[in-house]
Amino acid sequence: MATFNFQLGELPPEAEKVREEIRDFLARTLGGTSATKRALSWGGFDREFSRRLGEAGFIGMTWPKKYGGHERSALERYVVLEESLAAGAPTSAHWVADRQSGPLLLRFGTEEQRQRFLPKIAKGELAFAIGMSEPDSGSDLASIRTRAERVEGGYRVNGTKIWTSNAHISDYAIALFRTKVVPDKKHEGLSQFLVDLKSEGIGIRPIIDLAGGHHFNEVHFQNAFVPDDMLVGKDGDGWTQVTTELAFERSGPERYLSSIRLIIELIREVGAEPGERAAVVIGRLTAHLATLRQMSLSIAMMLQAGQNPNLEAAVVKDVGTSFEQEIPEVVHALLGVEPRLGSGKEFERVFGYLVEHAPSFSLRGGTREILRGIIARGLGLR
Amino acid sequence: MNDTRTLLADTCARLFTDQVPPALIESAEKGTWPAALWQMLEENGLTLPQISESRGGAGGAWGDAHVVLAACGRFAVPLPVAETMIGAWLLSESGLNVPLGPLTVAPVRPAEKLALARDGGSWRLSGTATRVPWGASAGHVVVLAEGDGKPMVALAQGGIAKAEPDVNLAQEPRDTLEWTGAPVLAAADAGAGLPTGALMLAGAMARSTQMAGGLEFLLSQSVKYVTERVQFGRPLASFQAIQHQLALLAGHTAAAGMAAQRAFAAMDEGDAGFEIAVAKIRTGEASGLGAGIAHQCHGAIGFTYEHTLHFVTRRLWSWRAEFGAEAYWAASLGREVAARGADALWPYLTSR
Ligand SMILES: Cc1cc2nc3c(=O)[nH]c(=O)nc-3n(C[C@H](O)[C@H](O)[C@H](O)COP(=O)(O)OP(=O)(O)OC[C@H]3O[C@@H](n4cnc5c(N)ncnc54)[C@H](O)[C@@H]3O)c2cc1C
Repeated sequence: MATFNFQLGELPPEAEKVREEIRDFLARTLGGTSATKRALSWGGFDREFSRRLGEAGFIGMTWPKKYGGHERSALERYVVLEESLAAGAPTSAHWVADRQSGPLLLRFGTEEQRQRFLPKIAKGELAFAIGMSEPDSGSDLASIRTRAERVEGGYRVNGTKIWTSNAHISDYAIALFRTKVVPDKKHEGLSQFLVDLKSEGIGIRPIIDLAGGHHFNEVHFQNAFVPDDMLVGKDGDGWTQVTTELAFERSGPERYLSSIRLIIELIREVGAEPGERAAVVIGRLTAHLATLRQMSLSIAMMLQAGQNPNLEAAVVKDVGTSFEQEIPEVVHALLGVEPRLGSGKEFERVFGYLVEHAPSFSLRGGTREILRGIIARGLGLR
Repeated sequence: MNDTRTLLADTCARLFTDQVPPALIESAEKGTWPAALWQMLEENGLTLPQISESRGGAGGAWGDAHVVLAACGRFAVPLPVAETMIGAWLLSESGLNVPLGPLTVAPVRPAEKLALARDGGSWRLSGTATRVPWGASAGHVVVLAEGDGKPMVALAQGGIAKAEPDVNLAQEPRDTLEWTGAPVLAAADAGAGLPTGALMLAGAMARSTQMAGGLEFLLSQSVKYVTERVQFGRPLASFQAIQHQLALLAGHTAAAGMAAQRAFAAMDEGDAGFEIAVAKIRTGEASGLGAGIAHQCHGAIGFTYEHTLHFVTRRLWSWRAEFGAEAYWAASLGREVAARGADALWPYLTSR
């Protein structure tokens, strides 16, 4: 049985120094932002915020300077992530690019692609979307059918991507297409591409979520042309590359901090001298939160040490999203409050927002069931 | 974990695999003191890992104690190892000598108090402590009591209290001890190095890591079982419902291990009140969930006395409630967090 390698770690002094800097930055830029707005957390999209964050040197922190990065450690970057999330900063205009698209290009992209995209990402000027899921391919990602066929100078793409968050307001997507149909071998013949979302032949249609919001989309490709120089990595290596990308996507502190605003507002709601029952609830939530933070930190340490904590990341995401989803439940059990977006009370609005969004926490970035399958494989059960 | 601790973990695992068979745990449950096992632990320096060499210990830190106690939990070692470590810590921090042999500590419940009264040049102990681990059989009892209006540590000879024997769910002795003006062997002001509530804190910390160790056993034992047991022509491990339950158990085991490990590290750094509360709450909750999953995966065989699963699960069920149950620690942590205020939550978490 593989054991999970969660080791204690302490952040080095330079990371704690970055904490002061980012806190200062967030306090200045977010100032009087309401709790309701902060509850959106990494769902908030604000290009101006991302640009200022980039200007301050907080995007692409670990990347080489020659690509606009800052050559800081993974731990310094980690501190920026957790502070942004805890403050409820609107991170989504740079989040995907900083977390996965940029690192993917750094790892598999051509020199030209790196020079072209990374500096702009680090400046907070380029927003990326993720083009993986399709109408008939969710958890079974390798079954995707969107075809990219070789033509003179590039590829001709036909098919549909779905659930593409922010495609309508992003600049590029990194998308997974089928460049070759290999019968009975669905993991083969896949390739990753940089897609300019403004290109001809790409139609983006909104999908309204249950809360009435528009953040994800259906993206239709109709003879859309993607030039050769937008292929990422090797033609046919898409599956290996996309699993690397998913590991970037699963390993961050966003996988347990989505509901922290509700905990903070709950503490405000019960006051400085809560009754026994409320105190027990707050104490328990704090214990979970503190433990998840240690686990998440431990993953950052492994990344810093050049290890590959895929299994541990799956564990933190599974335990973390279950915890996030439990918080609204706990509020229901403790207080006689209605979750309500139109309420005049900040607490009820935050509660309302999280009740509606909680179901997505264990779906996005790989469902609970898929993660448990990964963990079970790590345990040697499959 | 550093190299010496890895070595220590290996030593414990080897020793306990050989020396703590089910038969030994069974006979301990019937009231037999495993004297040979105790002696072996003592000779190997495993009972006082974090006590200085000048006081008879192994000269390590709480981090070493963590390794030993996690193994004790994992192997359901039926001895007051944790209690001995804690008792010795109270004594040595207060400048008192540590006697050989098993120690226990009192009081172990948050609301109970003991008192020391001056009697010429010595001190006399009074009060009642319930649920004292191995209270009637330990060689000595180390008490944290109030004397002259301040916290004091005293060493009482075992067997001098009026004892009412009882057990916990795992048949570990949990006795009520009553002293009425009993003479003590030594007493001193509680050392400056001891935090307020030292006994409850150290006890909760120890139980956390014992529970985390117990959970590791449940996980490995369950993985082993479902891989071997065949139903419907396939090993149980091939069923997704089983895989997912064990993935969940793995998550909570990892969380428990992390929380307990962090508490010991904080203890070595100095102030560990926050981390210990976190650990006791988190490991207690994981224990309930973990025991449930382990039993479910084992079916009826795991519900028998003959199978060894219950040696650990019954301990987890009891340990959750000892040295302050989750409700106690959660209320105290929750009050602290609320008093600091909503906007202090995150800065407080990251400052720990
Ligand atoms: C808020 C949000 C944002 C998203 N953003 C993006 C994005 O930007 N880009 C993108 O490409 N995708 C995005 N997704 C899509 C996401 O990756 C998929 O929802 C996810 O992969 C699951 O696919 P599905 O929704 O088709 O569910 P399905 O795969 O159909 O699964 C439905 C249910 O069945 C379970 N299930 C499926 N297979 C198995 C199995 N083998 N064993 C047991 N249970 C199984 C699942 O766990 C789930 O509970 C987003 C999703 C959400 C909710």
